[in-house]
Formats: sequence, C-alpha cells, structure tokens
Amino acid sequence: MGVNERDPYTGHATTGHEWNGIKELNTAVPKAVWLFLAGTFLFSLGYWILMPAWPLGTTYSKGLLGDDVRQDVAAHLEAGAANRAAWTTRIDTEDMSTILADDELMRDVRQTGRALFGDNCAVCHGLRATGGPGFPDLVDTAWLWGGTPEAVLETIRVGINSEHPETRTSQMPAFGRDQMLEQPAILDAVAYVRSLSQPEVANGPQAERAKAGQQVFADNCSSCHGEDARGNTELGAPDLTDRFWIYGGDEASVYRTVYGGREGHMPTWEKRLSETDRKILTLYVLDLPKSAP
Amino acid sequence: MISQLTLGERQLALATSAVVVALGLAMAVLGRGDLMGGQGFIVLLFGIAMLFAVMSGYYAPEPSSERLAQYYDDPIRAGIIVSMIWAIVAMFVGDWVAWLLAYPDMTFDAPWASFGRLRPVHTTGIIFGFGGNALIATSFHVLQRTSRTRLPDQFSPWFILVGYNLFCLLAVSGYLMGITQSKEYAEPEWYADIWLVVVWVSYLALYLRTLARRKEPHIYVANWYFMAFILVVAMLHIVNNLAVPLSLGSAKSYSLFSGVQDAMTQWWYGHNAVAFFLTAGFLGMMYYYLPKRAGRPIFSYRMSIIGFWGITFFYMWAGSHHLHYTALPQWVQTLGMTFSLMLLIPSWIAAANALLTLNGAWHKVRDDATLRFMMVAAVFYGLATFEGSFLAIRPVNSLSHYTDWTVAHVHAGTLGWNSMITFGAIYYLVPQLWKRPQMYSPALVEVHFWLAVAGTFVYVFAMWNSGIIQGLMWRTYNESGTLAYSFIDSVVVMHPYYVARGVGGLLFLIGSIIGFYNIWMTIRTARSSLRASADQPFAAPSSGGAMQAGE
Repeated sequence: MGVNERDPYTGHATTGHEWNGIKELNTAVPKAVWLFLAGTFLFSLGYWILMPAWPLGTTYSKGLLGDDVRQDVAAHLEAGAANRAAWTTRIDTEDMSTILADDELMRDVRQTGRALFGDNCAVCHGLRATGGPGFPDLVDTAWLWGGTPEAVLETIRVGINSEHPETRTSQMPAFGRDQMLEQPAILDAVAYVRSLSQPEVANGPQAERAKAGQQVFADNCSSCHGEDARGNTELGAPDLTDRFWIYGGDEASVYRTVYGGREGHMPTWEKRLSETDRKILTLYVLDLPKSAP
Repeated sequence: MISQLTLGERQLALATSAVVVALGLAMAVLGRGDLMGGQGFIVLLFGIAMLFAVMSGYYAPEPSSERLAQYYDDPIRAGIIVSMIWAIVAMFVGDWVAWLLAYPDMTFDAPWASFGRLRPVHTTGIIFGFGGNALIATSFHVLQRTSRTRLPDQFSPWFILVGYNLFCLLAVSGYLMGITQSKEYAEPEWYADIWLVVVWVSYLALYLRTLARRKEPHIYVANWYFMAFILVVAMLHIVNNLAVPLSLGSAKSYSLFSGVQDAMTQWWYGHNAVAFFLTAGFLGMMYYYLPKRAGRPIFSYRMSIIGFWGITFFYMWAGSHHLHYTALPQWVQTLGMTFSLMLLIPSWIAAANALLTLNGAWHKVRDDATLRFMMVAAVFYGLATFEGSFLAIRPVNSLSHYTDWTVAHVHAGTLGWNSMITFGAIYYLVPQLWKRPQMYSPALVEVHFWLAVAGTFVYVFAMWNSGIIQGLMWRTYNESGTLAYSFIDSVVVMHPYYVARGVGGLLFLIGSIIGFYNIWMTIRTARSSLRASADQPFAAPSSGGAMQAGE
C-alpha cells in the first residue's frame, strides 16, 4: 500500500502504515475538536485566575475572587443557624412543658425531631420509637428513669451505663448465674412477677409457684423494684406490674432476665448533639404518643 | 502446553514453582497464628499444583523449531478462559452483594459473607481477575500481530499470566479471611503487592523485548496504550502501596502516608487505575479489534495521537476530584476539576475515532453482534467519560458524591465499556485462536449482546435514579430550616432501585454465563483447518521488507 493510497469510502489518504491488515487514514483533526480543546483550556485558565489553583512553594495562588471553601462553609452554617434562630432560641430559653403546649413551635420540633431521631436514635429504638427486644419503647407510658421533660433530657445527656462520669447506672443482678438464688426460688419469682401483670398466670397452673414467689420477691427484688413492684425511677428499676416489657414478659424471657441479669446501655449524647438538639429530641419523644396514631 | 516449552524453560518453570513452594512454606511457618499463615498455605498449594503441572509434561519431546515461525498463542488461550472464569465468579459475587444491599440480612451471620468482605471480592475479581487477564491475553495477541513477531520466549508469558492469577487469588482469599489495607482497589496487603511488582516488571520487560524484535517499522496505537497501561500501573501500584509490615510473619502493614496525604495518594492511584487500567488498556484492545472486525482503516491517525497524549497527560491530574469538599486544600480540588474538564475532549476524540472508523461498515454492525459489542463499548466509553467530567465539577459533585450516582457512573464504564469491548475482543479471538470457522452459536452471541445491553441499562438507570434521589434527600430542608430526612429515610427509598439493580446485574451475569458456554462449545467442536495458515508472522502482507520467519 503506497503512501498516497486513498480510502475509497471516505476519500481520505492513508498514512501508508499497516499492521496485520490494519491501516490508518491521515484524516485531519476536525476543527470542532481544536475548538473544544481550546474552549476547555480557556475555561480552566479563567477558573485558575479566579479561584485558588496553583501551588507556589509553601503557599498557593489565591485567585482574584478570594474564594475560600472554609469561609464559605462557616458562612453557610451561620446563615442556616440565623434562619432557624426564630424558633430555636425559644427552644433554648423557654420551659419545656410550655413548649409542649405550644402547637406552632411543636410543628418545628416534630419536623426537626423526626430526622434527628432517625439519624441518632432509630438504630436501637426503631424508626417509630417503639423499641424492640432489649430496647425500650418510647411511645408507651412506662419510663425507666422518669418521664418528665427534665428526666428524659438528662437521660439523653448522660446515657445509661455509659462512659459519661455522671451516667445513669443500673444493673439487674444475675440471680441464677451468680448463685444468689436456687433454681426453684427463681422459678417461683418468675411466676410471681408474671402474675402481677398477667392474671392468667396468677390463676393458672403456676398459681402455687406465684404465691411462693411473693416471699422470694420481697427478700431479693423489692429493694430495687419496690414492695409493690412498681419500680423506682431513681434506680432505673422498671415497673413490673404494667404490661410493658423491655426484654419480654413470657416465661423464658423473664427467666433469662432473673437468671442472667440485665445491664442495658444507652450512649451519652452530650458531646455528639448540641443542647438544642437534645432538647428537641426530648420534646419530640414526649410528643410521640400524641402525634403518633 | 508444557510441551511447547524448551527443556531449559521447563527447568526454569520447575525452579520458579519450587521458589513459590518455598515462599508459601515460609509464609505458613512465619505467619502461624496470624492470617498470613492461611495465605501461606494457599501459596504453597498453588506452587505444588504448578510443580505437578510442569512435571506432567516435563518428559514430552522438545518443541520443534517450526514453532518459531508461528505466533505463541497458548498463554492467550489460557488467559481468555481464566478471564471468563473470573468474570462469572466476580459478577456472581457482585450481584450477590447487590441483593445484599436490598436484603441486608442474607449474611448467615458469617464474617466472610458480610458486605465489607464480599464487595472487594467483586471489585478485585472483576477489575483485576476478569479485566486484567483479558488485558494480558489480548495484549499478547495484539503485540505479536502488530509487531509481526513471536513472543521472545515461552516461559515469560506463562510466568506473567500464572503469577498474576496467584496475586488475584491471594487478594480475593485474603478479603474473605479479613485481610485488607483498606485502600479502595488496592486492598491486598504488602506480600501480595510485592509479588505483583515482580510479575508486573516481567510483563513490562516482555513487552519491551517483543517490541524490540518487531518486523514493522512503526509501533501501532494499540501498543502505545498497552505500554502506558503497563508502565503507569507499575508506578501507581508501587507508590500507593508503600507500607511497613508489622513483621515478616504478619499480614498487617501500615501505609507510609497518613491523613489527607494518604487520601490524595490513594485517589491519585484510584483514579489513574481507572485511567490506565480500565481506559488505556482497553483502548489498546479497541484500537486493534474494532478496525480488524470492521475491516476498516482507523479514521484518523492524527486523532489517535492527540487522544493518546491528551488522555495520558490530563488523567494524571484528575484524581483529586474524588476528594471535593474534603480536608484536601481547595487549590488541589480546583486542579482536579479543571483537568477533568479538559480531559473530556481527548476522551471523546478516542471514542469518536472508534465510531468514525465504523463508517463504511455500519451494515456489519447491524449484522454482527461481535462488532456491535465493540460499537456499544465505544458509545458507553463516550457516555461514561462525559459523565466523569461532569461529576468532577464541584457543585455537581456536591450532589452526586457518596451517592449511587457514582455507582451508576462506574458501572456505565465497567459494564458498558470494559466488559463490552472485552466480550467483542473475545468473540473475535476465540474462533481464530482455536482455529474454528466461527463461534459455536452466533445466535447465542446475539442473546449475550442483548442481555448485556439490557442488564447495563437496567443497572445504570436504577442507580442514576437512586443516586439523584439520595443526593436530593440528603440536602432537602424543611420549613423549619433543618434537614427533612434522616439517612435511614433515604435507605428505605432506595430499596426498589436496589432490587432493580440486582435484576440488571443478574441479566448481565446470565449473558456472561451464556458467553462462557458458547466459548466452551466452540473450543469443543471439531477442529477445522480453515484459518490455520493465514495467521502467521511471515504470512502477513509485508510493506516491503524482510519476509523471513520470526527467529
């Protein structure tokens, strides 16, 4: 194939090279290509002149616009905060029970609280805050550490059995594993505890055990859960007479709780969420029974 | 296969296998009590298998000198089969993890089945296993044909192919055991990295030795790209993997870099792995097989030149666009963004050069699924490079970054471009290398083509949708001025798209399995001598020069 050979289809000349049958045309580069190359280069040149772009020893070219992403972010954050300040200052300053009664302000709390809860709390307590095995339901009326706005806010701040120095601390001993109670006594206590909220246990085949369990309970459990088994929010000891269970109210679950003990964990949020956010979460959670169907 | 090696080469192969056995033994002993020990056993078994393979053919008569008048295609045939096996395994794992994202409980509570371990099995298996073996095989083929010379010896190509697969095997088995240095696309630990350096330097040496023996006065474009691929990947791999192991018996190492320097080095590597592994290497493939199959001359030699130098020069600067809006200094981000924009034109030059080469052969594109694979690959190459430059623009990136849009972009490139051009090349090569008149079933090539195209579209559209929705949900504010959605809200919304992605991936995987079956049946059907004589160094039409056989 000669240097001047032309491709019959396009009419372009070939370069005269050939590799195992592959030839190349010597087609000129279309003008548009040069144009676009120049265009992208000129755009880049302009961008380099206006924006921070090239390293110059220990510093860099700052650009004519004086743009700085760090300042941009700071300005954006400030503007966002100023935008929210209309209602967040009220959250910061007003009493929480007053806010709970203020429907307009609670709309902001509900909107904001939903995403805050979803990102920080839902992993354990569930998207609907109804909890699950091992994680308390926050929509029900039972509160381990008290259901006042101040108590809930404090629980969020310090956590439960967390690394915070002021953490709420609570532990259910392992009566079986640590050999504090014999097997029959555990079974009696389990039956008694269950009979408090489940009449069918009190009247069923385990009625005998439930009766015997009353003494076991008084000797071993009442110091935390109270004589009447209604719990103690000072100690985080749950009410055993209501129908709410964190670890399950069936026989096997209650047995596991008494035998092996329990020590739930909730992280401290003091360093991870601002006080405003923690307040919003408190209000959001307390408002759930009202706003959730 | 061993019968084609000279006695000296067989001894060399035995010695090399013995060294591998010794290395495996050393790793198993030094690394007992560490994950390194398990890796040592894999090396040991691999070395023993190699010893047996060499011994089994050791006493076969030596090859006659007639072989020197032929191209050396044994390692190419093996490379194609290995590449297809990696493709199916890694696509299966890829589709598995796609379903895992839609149904996250399918891990059987087993550590090896967790997303974090399976995902790198998919990426390494597909990029390095499927892509890498295909690149090695096709580069050996293109190199010999366009240089009109035989590979200089029989040992080196086998060492490269087998050694490379040992690296892939160590990498993938290591992930399942829990070994990773946590650098994306550079997860393998220090001992595997060092082994790859040895293999890769041999690859470069073989390439240069063969080029030096070429019978053609000029070096063809495809070889420029393959050379850039081999050279730059060596550089990237060595720099990014500089690390200090805890001890010789430990699989754990610490990187030489830390903080934002580490991030920048990693994405300089990561982006140029895309540039020189997934782009330059596969462009080398395209520049040979597309004009060959179309029977058309390359549209413009001059466009080949600016395309090549534009791509190799601009890509080097673009890595920082992976770190927009991070701790990386703003000026580095500016450079990454602007060079990514300038990169678009050379990329499109390469894509346009391929598509314009098809002028005068579009009727073949219509009738021939093999050529259509290559055409669609060039189209997706153009699409993906446009999208890449677009996503590198900082404000666009602020929406797309960390979302599935990136995943859509990557798969437009890997499914649409890399896989399609590879399948096109393989369907071209298999009948030629196994001396068959055509593939066992051209109809199945069609089926594979449409499954691949459909799978790619379903996959990419699903991820485009989910990515943009994700990005928007993460930045939507409500009237109170706070974020409207929690992260888990966006995850819930992704579910249907994740199912669609799983379906798209499955279509693509089925296509590949059909392709493998078709290749296998082509190999098994009766040998015909139709194409036996045409494909030899001396038979190639000479542009006036030596007609003698390769030495």
